[in-house]
Amino acid sequence: MKKLASVAAVSAIAMGLSAGAQAEETLDSVKSKGFVQCGVSTGLPGFSNPDEKGNWQGLDVDVCRAVAAAVLGDASKVKYIPLTAKERFTALQSGEIDILSRNTTWTQTRDTKLGLNFAGVNYYDGQGYMVSKSLGVKSALELDGAAVCIQSGTTTELNLSDYFREHKMSYTPVVFDTSDQTVKGFEAGRCDVLTSDQSQLYALRIKLADPSSAMVLPEVISKEPLGPVVRQGDDQWFNIVKWSLNAMINAEELGLTSANADEMSKSSTNPGIKRLVGKEGPKGEGLGLNDDWAFQIIKQVGNYGEAFERNVGTGSPLKISRGNNALWSKGGFLYAPPMR
Amino acid sequence: MIVNDNKIPDMPPPASTVGAVGWLRKNLFSSWANSILTVVVGYIVISNLIPLIDWVFLTSDWLGDSREDCTSGGACWVFITVRLEQFIYGFYPESEYWRINTIFVMLAGLIAALIFEGTPKKGWLGAFTLLIFPIIAFYLLYGGAFDLEVVETHKWGGLSLTLVLACVGIVASLPFGVLLALGRRSNMPIVRSLSTAFIEIWRGVPLISVLFMASVMLPLFVSGETSMDKLLRALIGITMFQSAYMAEVIRGGLQAIPKGQYEAAMALGLNYWKSMGLIILPQALKLMIPGIVNTFIALFKDTSLVLIIGLFDLLAIVQAALSDPKWLGYSVEGYVFVAFVFWIFCFSMSRYSQALERKLHTGHGAR
Amino acid sequence: MPADLDQSSAPASKTKFWNDPDKRAILFQIIIVVLVVGTIGHFVSNALTNLETRGITTGFGFLSQSSGFDILLTLIPYDATYTFGHTFVVGLLNTLLVGFLGVVLATILGFIMGVARLSNNWLISKLAMCYIETFRNIPLLLQIFFWYVAVLGPLPGPRQSIEIGSAFLNNRGLYTPAPVFESGFWFVVVAFFAAIALCWYLVRWNHRRQDLTGQQFPIFWSSVGILIAVPLVVYFFAGSPMSWDYPELKGFNFKGGNVIIPELTALLLALTIYTAAFIAEIVRSGIEAVNKGQTEASHALGISNAKTLRLIVIPQALRVIIPPLTSQYLNLIKNSSLATAIGYPDLVAVFMGTTLNQTGQAIEIIFMTMAVYLTISLLVSAFMNWYNKIMALAER
Repeated sequence: MKKLASVAAVSAIAMGLSAGAQAEETLDSVKSKGFVQCGVSTGLPGFSNPDEKGNWQGLDVDVCRAVAAAVLGDASKVKYIPLTAKERFTALQSGEIDILSRNTTWTQTRDTKLGLNFAGVNYYDGQGYMVSKSLGVKSALELDGAAVCIQSGTTTELNLSDYFREHKMSYTPVVFDTSDQTVKGFEAGRCDVLTSDQSQLYALRIKLADPSSAMVLPEVISKEPLGPVVRQGDDQWFNIVKWSLNAMINAEELGLTSANADEMSKSSTNPGIKRLVGKEGPKGEGLGLNDDWAFQIIKQVGNYGEAFERNVGTGSPLKISRGNNALWSKGGFLYAPPMR
Repeated sequence: MIVNDNKIPDMPPPASTVGAVGWLRKNLFSSWANSILTVVVGYIVISNLIPLIDWVFLTSDWLGDSREDCTSGGACWVFITVRLEQFIYGFYPESEYWRINTIFVMLAGLIAALIFEGTPKKGWLGAFTLLIFPIIAFYLLYGGAFDLEVVETHKWGGLSLTLVLACVGIVASLPFGVLLALGRRSNMPIVRSLSTAFIEIWRGVPLISVLFMASVMLPLFVSGETSMDKLLRALIGITMFQSAYMAEVIRGGLQAIPKGQYEAAMALGLNYWKSMGLIILPQALKLMIPGIVNTFIALFKDTSLVLIIGLFDLLAIVQAALSDPKWLGYSVEGYVFVAFVFWIFCFSMSRYSQALERKLHTGHGAR
Repeated sequence: MPADLDQSSAPASKTKFWNDPDKRAILFQIIIVVLVVGTIGHFVSNALTNLETRGITTGFGFLSQSSGFDILLTLIPYDATYTFGHTFVVGLLNTLLVGFLGVVLATILGFIMGVARLSNNWLISKLAMCYIETFRNIPLLLQIFFWYVAVLGPLPGPRQSIEIGSAFLNNRGLYTPAPVFESGFWFVVVAFFAAIALCWYLVRWNHRRQDLTGQQFPIFWSSVGILIAVPLVVYFFAGSPMSWDYPELKGFNFKGGNVIIPELTALLLALTIYTAAFIAEIVRSGIEAVNKGQTEASHALGISNAKTLRLIVIPQALRVIIPPLTSQYLNLIKNSSLATAIGYPDLVAVFMGTTLNQTGQAIEIIFMTMAVYLTISLLVSAFMNWYNKIMALAER
């Protein structure tokens, strides 16, 4: 008995001590598991949404697929974990997921106080308002006294409050847990206005019984740079995610697409393309990846432009124009550092 | 002495106290106030019941594959029939449905055998249900052994997930509940106060906060890289919560055992665990079954809360289907369907537990 | 066995300590304590390392930061410039509001249904049974959704509101005129409290008189009269120091007046109807537990049916009813946390939901929330235990 007690005591103390052991590097764990764990939304058309067969699709999903293609050489080696807005940060903090790619806004608090790092921006968004056309409202400044549906726990909620206070207008907040519920509330007439990031508004509008009955107001009241997030303190993994995204943007700039990737990588003499596909330049060494990592992304996922058109652009029901998300050379904000 | 053996036959009771008329007079029109009440309430009931029956059965649509098939103006059950598979199996791959079906059949068979009076070797069967069957069910559901394809837990959903949550919750909380109940009745002050504190803390907080804790906080409590599945975390939360309730049911059962049984066990020289395991618990467990069934009903209804942490149980999956733009406006049908499914399960279980209670009650009276 | 005999014949001092139940108990408890402390320590140190390595801020400093978001229903003044500490209080008050109203309404409905279940009118009794069996076997969350989405959702919009006198009903809530108190109104308040004191005195006087003479005074109706008449008279003498603020349709919504939001209505309806079904069963079994002889004796004394129930049966039944009733009250309060599913801003929705999201401080917030519920639970059970003692003392 005495022995047992001392064993129990020692093991209890040992358990306590062993907790301090450092976590293994994300890249190694992804390679040994054979898949990337990716946190996505529970369903947002265009960004991350399962189709009828349960395959995940969307712009955010393509970031995960790009990382999987770069690291494992196979874009399909992703395990998607649908998360609510509430769970997303703890899921990443606790190591349940390797990347959070769930239309998450880059803010100072999130970047500095939650132990997270934003690896870039894959969509420049801004908060907007959607109203029913029958209200006859033309501008957000006419919204005094309106009831507004919002999703709880988002930056949207804070921006909304700021905007109405700044313009000395009153409003009634109607807060729901999920974006689905906000649409339902809007549809049922619980609120006059639905506010969210503009991209989401378009996505949510197609969930209405009659999408043409609602319109998005012209005002954009906030900056919402959305991007993939990783844990702080693992610079190698941070770099991989950052450069996977950059590779997609650079590929669009160079005119490299999933269709012409094979041919271009063989025949092109353009030094930029040669560096991108790993024939020259920095290759994969600094990232701890194969030299053809970027080539695999473009071959399997496509460049940023392709991903955009396929998921949210003209090739999708959302029909969002490139706008701010066009390349810098075409009047947008997208500007990836050079790969050399 | 004149003895008249011819008994004069009893007069029949007055016509107004027997038969349909008598029943009506006694039960519906016993006084003026009662008569008025009957007429008013009867009118309200009938005037609501007829449109309801009309909506549910007469003018409803049952077959079809899109909302265009709902033409009769009543309930549109097409919405349910089209998605029934999803409501039962969630996102489980269609080719693997047989695995869930097998579990359903096995579970139904085991429960039927356990309820049926004449089943031989009930004890062994019960042990099999509680110990072996969960393991079989796990490998069937999750796969990863015997050449079965692995089906990740985030593909589980619908009624099958509801049943998994409820059954695992109840089976896993049983041993913890026994230990906690024994602890709370123990003579050792520290053991007693720790058990009491554990039970009262979990009983004092809402399940939803426990689920939140499990989904948001639990990951921070385990070391570094060990990441836990979302379903597993929810199950841990439910089990913790349920153990506290189970402990109280078991404590009730233990208290119902007469003191003489404890004393007799001690007099035979049995130690604590032997007297508990061989004398007290077998008797108490029988008394506890109604209570356990009742907590199971409560848990079964409470599993619907997992929708708040993003698991797709039956209610959540119907809720999700309601926001499909192709089927907007059928929320009443959706909710009525879910309510009906839950009601069938809960009502039959509560009837079973009441019947058991009555059976046990007579036993007490005889003693 | 022989070994045992051997030992019992040996001197007590030589007994091995594991055969001495007292020492064994101490050792066992030490092991338990070590295990419990070890496990908790393990979790705590894990949490600390995890927080540390991931650079997550900890502590309760966030409570004094300004929240930056608005809340649909606040019982105290609040807007986005207030702190998270205020948010916590707003959520707590909203929880208490729905808990209190729910307990009162569920008790009333539950008693009515419990008595109806025992009615000698077959129709009433079966109807009560249908009610009980239907609503207690359907998950509460589903009922909340049902009332919110399927019943209150299809109400007309603000511009097509249903008018009920000067109140308006639409899918944004029930808008009623709100009283506006002017400076002289405190006279009326004073008069009201004076009326309460008067009634209390009346009740005592009546008790004494009844004990002495056996005569009864229509205490209920006279109290109601006093409670209404006295403040009313003072009100007119003070020059009607109160006006009404009528709701008016301005722009998108009604402004002014009082509004009962549909989230509150749906939650209250669901909580009341669900809990009352359980309370009805408790009341029924409580009444059935009272010996039938009591009712018969009362009838033999010529006491009417209603009075028998009120004066003879229910006071005795209460002793059986109160303990399970307490746990139903606790369930109701805990279940009110489901508010978060339809967006009623209770503690869980506002604090464990939005605040948790904005600050990311999961551990502090979840512990605070759980502590609040635990405290409420303990307070309610303490109160009901005290009440139960009073009822038990009344027993002769």
